[in-house]
Amino acid sequence: MTAVTDDLPVRRRSWLAASLRFARRQPLGTFGLVIVVIAAIAGLSAEWIAPYSPTANDFAAMTEPPSAAHWLGTDQFGRDLLSRIVYGARTALIIGFVSAFVGGFLGLVLGVASAYFGGWIDDVLQRVMDILMAFPLIIMALAVVAIFGTGVQNVIAAITVPLVPRCARVVRSSALSIREVPYIDAARTSGFSHARIILRHMVPNVVAPFLIMLTAFVGQAILAEASLSYLGLGVQEPTPAWGLMLQGGAEEYASTAPWIAIFPGLAIALTVFGFSLFGDALRDAIDPKMRER
Amino acid sequence: MTALLDVRNLHTHFRTGAGLVRAVDGVSYTVDAGETVAIVGESGSGKSVGAMSILRLIPDPPGRIVEGQILFGGRDLLGLSAEEMRAVRGGEIGMVFQEPMTSLNPVLTIGRQMTETLQQHRGADRATADRRALELLSLVGIADPKRRLGQYPHQLSGGMRQRIMIAIALTCEPRLIIADEPTTALDVTIQAQILELMTGLTRRLNVALVIITHNLGVVARYASRVNVMYAGRIVESGPAADLYHDPRHPYTIALLRSVPRLDRPRQARLDPVEGQPPDLTRLDGGCAFRPRCRFAVAACAEARPPLEPAGASGHQSACFRRNELSAAQAAA
Repeated sequence: MTAVTDDLPVRRRSWLAASLRFARRQPLGTFGLVIVVIAAIAGLSAEWIAPYSPTANDFAAMTEPPSAAHWLGTDQFGRDLLSRIVYGARTALIIGFVSAFVGGFLGLVLGVASAYFGGWIDDVLQRVMDILMAFPLIIMALAVVAIFGTGVQNVIAAITVPLVPRCARVVRSSALSIREVPYIDAARTSGFSHARIILRHMVPNVVAPFLIMLTAFVGQAILAEASLSYLGLGVQEPTPAWGLMLQGGAEEYASTAPWIAIFPGLAIALTVFGFSLFGDALRDAIDPKMRER
Repeated sequence: MTALLDVRNLHTHFRTGAGLVRAVDGVSYTVDAGETVAIVGESGSGKSVGAMSILRLIPDPPGRIVEGQILFGGRDLLGLSAEEMRAVRGGEIGMVFQEPMTSLNPVLTIGRQMTETLQQHRGADRATADRRALELLSLVGIADPKRRLGQYPHQLSGGMRQRIMIAIALTCEPRLIIADEPTTALDVTIQAQILELMTGLTRRLNVALVIITHNLGVVARYASRVNVMYAGRIVESGPAADLYHDPRHPYTIALLRSVPRLDRPRQARLDPVEGQPPDLTRLDGGCAFRPRCRFAVAACAEARPPLEPAGASGHQSACFRRNELSAAQAAA
């Protein structure tokens, strides 16, 4: 018997080289990533970065405009806006990441399972997803909050629920094409269980679209949290949250102390923008069709 | 000796929009331990569906095994629970697919895909499984097996991937391997290597082999017995040599005439099998091959001919004129 020695060339790139390549090819995406990283650092080390306590009132300095002592000014209760924005990043990212990951993971498993089993299981799951999808994200979240009440956990649940069908649908469409590929049949002829085939053989193959969606979800979840908080249905005072800050400042002080609303608004817009840019760039970088050779 | 695999009167049907398709319509055959049996037929003749029926991997809906028995080592596979069936798949029956390019999962290393089967069926630990994987890779003739274990399918050529599929099929020392067109997607030079490898290994390890193919060349050289399928039924069955030298079914004759042979003059023209494969939703009561048959007579429209002994012992044909075909062929 002859031994087979032919080999195809393999190119390995280090992690650093891959990152540099990404930065060169995707300047906008890198910009988005920088915003995301800044927000993450702010959220992770708020205690060390924030110059003041986010809940401390300084009644001597209410509705102060930006100054050397308060870089971004103070609100109507004399709280330092910069400190509240830094702490608000933590709230936003916790809620954003937890809802996106939980919703995304549930959607991933349901989507792949739906595609794998097909038949009536697929039909039932997809119709349930259709019903959930019929409501805009924020309406669905409002309904969940209305049932369970406000508070961080409930807000997370409220944002997670509408993300599940959005993820499941995209994942299912990728998984459908993989279902028909012979290696799934091969896995079945090897006697593997359904769970094993779904989790080990199918899920890794839909990870690329899934990751891209996940970054978009984090941005969407942050926006949803801000909206809910703005409406008074999300995070409650005194927890620092961008949406809450916006609500506090937007109505009464729009003309007399506009900075109270402008800075949290900017924080929300920039962070969501950052996640979107990064997600787009990630898609381009992962998609082999978009990749120039 | 009782046969290792004894398929009895197997019927697998598909309900489609166009009507009921009897993809496998009363097929019976046996495979002895260590024997190599070929199932030959054109696309849509039911040969692959028959194989997938053995493993009970017919997608339901739309497909269903409606009748029959599949005795494997004396047990009826159709009566097993889902759990027991999973132990048979990959454990006692291995399978090799047509497309080595897509039969391996692109995101898992070769090593993972090889050891997974062993861990699943034998509860082997990682080290044992790795050792067995190395041993199998050497067995199927892959150089530098250690390095290969850490590689991904896209780093290997088609021939190597098919070797790996064979290695995976052999992992748990099965008693039967079903190879569904194992060489169709490979280069001609690699085809011979892969077939030599498969038949050599199965003979050495005493594993029975069912080769599903439309390539009669494959059959002639490697199979001891042949079943020719047409429109969901076996139309001729017998020892490979008999079937070649004394075909008793017009379809087999037509197939043999459509491939080039070294023992015929080089200028001889090849005769393609005339007409189209039958539409399985519209079969009448007569012989399914009748519209394309040069030997058809009135009786062929009346009933489907049963498989009956013809010629040498063990040779069977489903043709009313099976005993006059040699003469008729000579005359034609």
